[in-house]
Amino acid sequence: MRVTVNQDVCVGAGMCALTAPRVFDQDEAGVVTLLVAEPGDEEARATAREAATLCPSGAVRIIE
Amino acid sequence: MTESVATPAPDAPAYPGDRTCPYQLPESYERLRRTGDALRRITLYDGRRAWVATNHETARRLLADPRLSSDRTRDDFPLTSARAKGITKKRPGFISLDPPEHGHRRRMTISAFTVRRIKAMRPEIERIVHGFLDEMIAAGPPADLVSRFSLPVPSLVICRLLGVPYDDHEFFQEASGRLLRSTTGAEAQAARDDLETYLDGLVRELEREPRPGLLGTMVTEQLAKGTIDREDLVSTAMLMLVAGHETTASMASLGVITLLDHPDQLAALRSDPSLVPGAVEELLRYLAIADVAGARVATADIEVDGQTVRAGEGVFITGSIANRDGAAFEHPDAFDVRRDARHHLSFGYGVHQCLGQNLARLELEIMFTALFDRLPTLRLAVPVDQLTLRPGTTIQGVDELPVTW
Repeated sequence: MRVTVNQDVCVGAGMCALTAPRVFDQDEAGVVTLLVAEPGDEEARATAREAATLCPSGAVRIIE
Repeated sequence: MTESVATPAPDAPAYPGDRTCPYQLPESYERLRRTGDALRRITLYDGRRAWVATNHETARRLLADPRLSSDRTRDDFPLTSARAKGITKKRPGFISLDPPEHGHRRRMTISAFTVRRIKAMRPEIERIVHGFLDEMIAAGPPADLVSRFSLPVPSLVICRLLGVPYDDHEFFQEASGRLLRSTTGAEAQAARDDLETYLDGLVRELEREPRPGLLGTMVTEQLAKGTIDREDLVSTAMLMLVAGHETTASMASLGVITLLDHPDQLAALRSDPSLVPGAVEELLRYLAIADVAGARVATADIEVDGQTVRAGEGVFITGSIANRDGAAFEHPDAFDVRRDARHHLSFGYGVHQCLGQNLARLELEIMFTALFDRLPTLRLAVPVDQLTLRPGTTIQGVDELPVTW
């Protein structure tokens, strides 16, 4: 599984950093950043998937 | 209803509806949601027809659809009251802008609302919550929970975040209340003007003498550099100030009512505080206090599961209906603090999703925890059915909540 983020469309809602804090962070400007592109354990993968579902702007994508 | 509705047809009921129970849907929404169609017709106060999304999946899809505009200054934008009409024509906050302008303006604010920045506010919010509880308890039962607790907590918190002097709280709490609850366009316009004058003065002060807080930062980082003008900064400040306290205040009051009416759920929270964040999420789902925020107008014809929204037609995405969709939430009418409710639409979805949602989550978690911890015998001082509920045309809530302990 591979995680991607699109900083151009991020609206800073913070659902990703809230839901999967081991995979996503926000920079000083409030925009999404990726901590790990290929989460190793199942918990991180599951929360990353949930974050992609919850992301309101389509900034978080998962490629299985 | 605060306004008469122009002859709704049987297949297009009046919208929005008024709640008769603080935590249940208006009766008319029950008929809107139990239908096979993704969209249903409704009739607005001015006789216009518009659409309502009847299920969670359609609601989510439409909120992310770039062909739906949030521009409240458009003549074809669907309005739910004369109040709303009175405040649409002035320079709008970014809640009313479409991409790409919306993104530019919203980006100027998001650094103050990151998960990390909000988490860092926990000690301060705890102090604020306990400070107002100390005062309420010292004054002794009974008490009005709205004026003693639900409203002042988020009001002081948003003041600290923005850098608005809380000494002025009587003015802006009253003006925000008028903005959201007046029944005529003229009254709403006057409230908006009052807030605008106040915030314009504050911004000018910050230009002379910078102070901590998001508004001070925006003055230094944006206004001084010419990336925003003063009028747009004032409209941004007004949006955050008004949205920052009335919404959380309503959630706190209606949340207390809901928890007291579900003693088994409240007992579960008391015995296991780790359930509180999930309970906040479930309360957000269940109460959906900002139903009227989901208004849009179509800028092109949009096909939705065999139905067509024509360009120029209004669409309402109603959180309380989407959040009670059995396909998205099992036993949707049950209040269950243990369920996974985070995909509710009470903060909206798409690029306009609530900017302050993580602040609201934290405030509510701290408020409910502290309130029920310090007042284990808290109860309503009047029966629920005697509370005066706000009409469906504004943020759902109560103006007063008599409690005792």
